[in-house]
Amino acid sequence: MINKTIKILTSAAVMTATALTSSAFADVKVGMITTLSGGGAGLGIDVRDGFMLAIKQSGRTDIEVVIEDDQRKPDIAVQLADKMVQSEKVDVLTGIIWSNLAMAVVPSVTAQGKFYLSPNAGPSALAGAGCHKNYFNVAWQNDNLHEAAGAYANSAGHKNSFILAPNYPAGKDALTGYKRFFSGDLAGEIFTKLGQTDYAAEIAQIRASNADSVFFFLPGGMGISFLKQYASSGVDLPVVGPAFSFDQGILQAVGSAALGVVNTSQWNKDIDNPTNNAFVESFKAEYGRLPSLYASQGFDTANLLISAVATSDVKDADSFRKALEAANFDSTRGDFKFGSNHHPVQTIYARKVIKEGDIFTNMIIGTALENHSDAYATECKF
Amino acid sequence: MGAANSCTQTCGVFMSFALFAEQVLNGLQSGIMLFVMAAGLTLIFGVMGLINLAHGSLYMVGAFAAAAAAAWTGSFLLALIAALIGAALVGMFVEMLVIRRLYDRDHLDQVLATFALILIFSEGTRFFFGSFPLFLDVPKVIAGPINLPIGIEYPVYRLIIIGVGLCVALGLWLLISKTRLGVQIRAGKNDREMIAALGVNISALYTFVFAIGAGLAGLAGALVGAIQSVQVGMGEPVLILAFVVIVIGGIGSIKGAFIGAILVGLTDTLGGIFLPELFKLFMEGSIATSLGSALASMLIYILMAVILVCRPQGLFGVEG
Repeated sequence: MINKTIKILTSAAVMTATALTSSAFADVKVGMITTLSGGGAGLGIDVRDGFMLAIKQSGRTDIEVVIEDDQRKPDIAVQLADKMVQSEKVDVLTGIIWSNLAMAVVPSVTAQGKFYLSPNAGPSALAGAGCHKNYFNVAWQNDNLHEAAGAYANSAGHKNSFILAPNYPAGKDALTGYKRFFSGDLAGEIFTKLGQTDYAAEIAQIRASNADSVFFFLPGGMGISFLKQYASSGVDLPVVGPAFSFDQGILQAVGSAALGVVNTSQWNKDIDNPTNNAFVESFKAEYGRLPSLYASQGFDTANLLISAVATSDVKDADSFRKALEAANFDSTRGDFKFGSNHHPVQTIYARKVIKEGDIFTNMIIGTALENHSDAYATECKF
Repeated sequence: MGAANSCTQTCGVFMSFALFAEQVLNGLQSGIMLFVMAAGLTLIFGVMGLINLAHGSLYMVGAFAAAAAAAWTGSFLLALIAALIGAALVGMFVEMLVIRRLYDRDHLDQVLATFALILIFSEGTRFFFGSFPLFLDVPKVIAGPINLPIGIEYPVYRLIIIGVGLCVALGLWLLISKTRLGVQIRAGKNDREMIAALGVNISALYTFVFAIGAGLAGLAGALVGAIQSVQVGMGEPVLILAFVVIVIGGIGSIKGAFIGAILVGLTDTLGGIFLPELFKLFMEGSIATSLGSALASMLIYILMAVILVCRPQGLFGVEG
């Protein structure tokens, strides 16, 4: 009941704001390039749904969103970006999930004077020396959740970790991030193949090492496979990982194998603030499933955009950028602010997989890193 | 650092025998699953001369059928049967609707048409089951590990997979070499006009062979899906490996597929473990793991290249 009242109040407030400002500036056209088919489609669909929910709730008619599917292929993402910039004449781009696609698209569109708001991918190359004044990341820098996992492992008393990740740029960022904060020893360090589905060999190595804990970054289906095989292997060392393998979309497929595992995330559905409560309720009502962290990122990205559109003209790049930098919107994460390189400075939580009724989900058990920025911010000069 | 050092020394190249034996079992297990997948592919290519890229989709169909059946009935055995029969039926249907028209076309047309089938299957599966991975798990009784001699702890389910795979191999061998149907299949491979002239219904034979191949792919998908993830697009990576297997083994040869699959499984598993360890002997840890795993992922293709240089027709292929 309280949630509902708050929701009505929020939307009333937003609508009043809209009524005051919607006619003041030119309409804004947003191009969303995201993954809607193929193996990683669940993530793109969540980002899109979260984003569109925020647009719908804002009631604004001056924001038009064009959505295209990149099929998780860099070449297609590049073609779509060209089409959106040249023939659709969009003002703002967003939506890309994967770092390799972001690297193919973002530098070129920001160089053409467009704004890019990232709802997910945060490769280190775009956070440091390669940063751009028109590039904003609303989710995290890639290393963040792994750094938090390292910090959590310290506080949980782990002294000797076995760490593994796929052999590709984000996998390397992951192990680097964990090692940056973990102060214990490494019992082993493995790069697996990207897309690998069988981890029997790695689990045997974990068993043979004298590790006291395991850290892994295996997004999507890779994580499902690893967790199921780990649970049936008889190895019972504690596991720590970033939220990506414990996300709402895949937890049901992992099943009880994930129960009790601690993972790090900047968002969870039980963060208690009015925006988040209203978001979780309305997302459930609209789509009939629980939101994932990707959905929360899409939702926040759209609200950041709406906050800037409400107070400035997108055609005036300098004032629009200032409005984005101010990040004057209610985030599902509570307070939200950007660091000097346009990446979030935020709290990252440790959460634990639990079962609520028939549904596997997460519960926050503590804070891993407070007001955390990233390791590359100082290298960024606009 | 003490712990890390002692590990590089003990679990480095002088890995304990139990660990080595466990890794060999892992290699065997992945090889045998590859065989179940590749057997259908090589039969279809050998008998009908058809390159079927959609074989990976049938693997996916099997896994989804199993997940749906398991969710509905709660029985893993029924799920496996559903996978086998479901994939075989879908295979039969696709053969009669599409594949049949491709036998007389050249390989490029076949590749194009079966690639289209991959897209249709993927998006069709997404339409019916959604984009999120499905749940399929091994029953509790066989989920845990078992203690084998010489101190190996090994998951029971993986041993069962090895057993099922060996049964499939035996069954196929009996079918091909001991039955009348096997004689027809072998004859169809050599001269399809002649056996059609002798009164064998070649079109029904082809449908049957295709259905067997599809059913086996589905069974492999379900068996493997239970310990991995059941999701759209799960078949394509396996398809590539299955092609490597049949090229190594010799196209059309079941025996070749068996030996090839075991070779690929062992090379892949053992290479992934030992190469990084080997590299650690003469370079720094992080670089060694990164370089070693990069090279390990190329190892099966190097194996294929070497075998093709020495025996262009594959290990058990017939020349010409």
